This record gives sequence, C-alpha cells and structure tokens, in this order.
Amino acid sequence: MSALLALEGVTCRRGGRILFEGLDLKLTAGEAALVTGPNGAGKSSLIRLAAGLLRPAAGTVERGDAALADEHLALDERQCLADALSFWVVNGGSGLEAMGIAHLADVPVRILSAGQRKRAALARVIAGKAALWLLDEPANGLDADGQARLEAAMAAHRAAGGAVLAATHQPLALGAAKPVTLG
Amino acid sequence: MIALILRELRLAAAGGAALLPLIFFLLVATLFPFAVGPDGPLLARTGGGALWMAALLAALLPVDRLIEPDRASGVLDQLAMRGISEEMVALAKLAGHWLSFGPPLMLAAIPAAGLMKLQQEVLVRLELSLLIGTPGLAALTLGVAALTAGLRRSAALAGLLMLPLAVPLLIFGAGHLERGNESGALQWLGAISLLLVAGAPFAAGAAIRAGRD
Repeated sequence: MSALLALEGVTCRRGGRILFEGLDLKLTAGEAALVTGPNGAGKSSLIRLAAGLLRPAAGTVERGDAALADEHLALDERQCLADALSFWVVNGGSGLEAMGIAHLADVPVRILSAGQRKRAALARVIAGKAALWLLDEPANGLDADGQARLEAAMAAHRAAGGAVLAATHQPLALGAAKPVTLG
Repeated sequence: MIALILRELRLAAAGGAALLPLIFFLLVATLFPFAVGPDGPLLARTGGGALWMAALLAALLPVDRLIEPDRASGVLDQLAMRGISEEMVALAKLAGHWLSFGPPLMLAAIPAAGLMKLQQEVLVRLELSLLIGTPGLAALTLGVAALTAGLRRSAALAGLLMLPLAVPLLIFGAGHLERGNESGALQWLGAISLLLVAGAPFAAGAAIRAGRD
C-alpha cells in the first residue's frame, strides 16, 4: 500500500539550531501518529515540514494531498462562518455539523471565541476531503464536547482510509497511534 | 483561479477600501490647481504629469493589505496545501489588484482632466497610457507587498522600495502625454509594463516562499 506520508532521514534546522535529526515516519491508510515533546522541541516544525511549508535541512518528505490545521484560522474575518468555510469546501459537506458549530453558520468569523475558532479550523480540515490530516495542537482551547467530536472525526477519517499526524502536549485519544517523541 | 480573483475583488471591496485609491486620485486632481494657481495653459502643461504621479501613489495605497493579511491569517499556507503555487496566487492577486484600481482610475481621469484643463487629445493619450501603465504599477505594488509582508510598519518601507522602481513607468507614461506617438514613449511604456507584469508573480511567489522560513 502506498504511503500517504513518508519522511526519510529528515533533519529540521531552525535559526541555525538543529531541532531533530534523522527522523523516519511513514503513514499509510488508517494509520495515525502522535507527536509529543516539550515546548520548542519542534512539534510544529515537524507538522510544517510534513505539510511542505518548510524544507528539511536533510532527508526527504513525500506526501499526497493533505489538510493542515495550525494556529492560523485562514478564514476571512468579515464573512459569516458558512461563507468563509465555503471557499475551502471540496465536493460539498462543510464539516460544521461534525464539529457541532452548525448553529454558528451565519455568525461573522471575527466574533467567534477561541474554542469556536478551533472548531472552525477543524471543520475546514474536514471540508478539505484530503487523505492526510496534519493537526498542530488540535485540542487546544476545545471543551470536553469539542474534544470528543475531534476524536470521533479523527476515528471516522481513519476508518474511511485517511491518516492523521497530530502534534499535542495534551492527552488525545488516538487509538493505536505511532508515538513520535521529540526533544 | 477565477475563484481566487473574485476573492481578491471581494476583499478589495470590503469596507469601501477599493474607493480609497479613487478618492485619493480625485483629491490630488482637485488640490493641484489650488497649488499651481488658476493659470489654464500652465495647468494644461503640467496637469497630465501630476495625474500620472497621482496614479502612481494611488496604486501604492493598498500595498499593506495585498499580501500581509493573507500571510498572517494562514490563507497563503492553506492555498499552498491545496497545491496552488505561490506564483499562481500572486498572479490572481495581481489581476485582482489591477481590476480594483486600474479601470476606476481611468474613469476618474475624465473629471480629473477637466480640472486640469487638459485638451481632448491629451485626455485620450492619458487614458491610453494609464491603460498600458497601470498593470505595471499593479505589478510593482504586488512585488513590493510580497517583499515587505511580515515586516512591521512596512507601508513606509514599501513606498521607499517601489517609487524609485516606478520611475521608468512615470517617464514614459507622462512622456506620452506631451508629444504622443512620435516620441515612441508608448512602446517603451508597454515594454516596461509587460516586463513587470511577467516578472512580478515570480518575484512575489519567491518572496512568499522565502517569508515562511
């Protein structure tokens, strides 16, 4: 089975400092990896490397289509949530219901709370219909219901043949995930 | 691509921001006769050049909202995740930026020419040189916006970077008003404008990528 994400011998250097070296990671359909480590260990950098937004100092990164959720919401602040999300929707299905924010569809993005923004970012990932999810601190700011919905969405995505790479310092239920410990 | 351009136009129109270059242009055209005095022939001789200056500054006005908001909010990252190259994004932004200020400026040039007592044939030359020159101005603005995205208080720096680069456009754009086609200024203007439009998406794309590190 072809890999949805393949990192081989990846070295990450930021600002002249080596964060991690020789990292190998392979994710195929249904698999998940959980990246943990102290602050500054390079969790977010690993996510951005996998996304292709950073270039590795050494090694190779290969991936198919992917969706990214990091600290940036990437939704137009002036628009209402449904319109802002619709810019990113692929083949219908906005992910609003899955994240339990369908009732916020006509609320302007700029007045959403931190937790609601996180749910909106995850809804954008769901709406992108990509095989690989790259999640940077996906549970940050989520309440218990939000975290349960996130875990359900990740499980459903993996059951449907997707893969998840999540970086977190919080406990996150991600069954049979490969552990990646940095730092 | 079309969705991207439409998004640019929507962002430009949001909150009336698109009217800003237009109002600025007309304001300069209104103020200039006050500064020079009510001397018809003098106004007619200098007015065209002043309008070209106004167009140049009007193109520069939205420089801080072209790239930076999309970089800060992660939209550029998300577009890259969708496999849309930075050059393509820059091209869409170039088209959106020009559409939001070029044609409105050409319309505003008609009342402005009246304020400057420009002759009819000079107005026709002005419109032609604006049509050919404003895409070049838009390209310069885009390139500078991409280079300065992520810097604090970048607007002043953007002005310092862009205005010297716009000198050739200004020379040939305003030069065409004076003597018309015999000077060959229009051909030069077209060549420079084309060069800028062709080069800007690549420069801006590279700047966006470099800005991620």
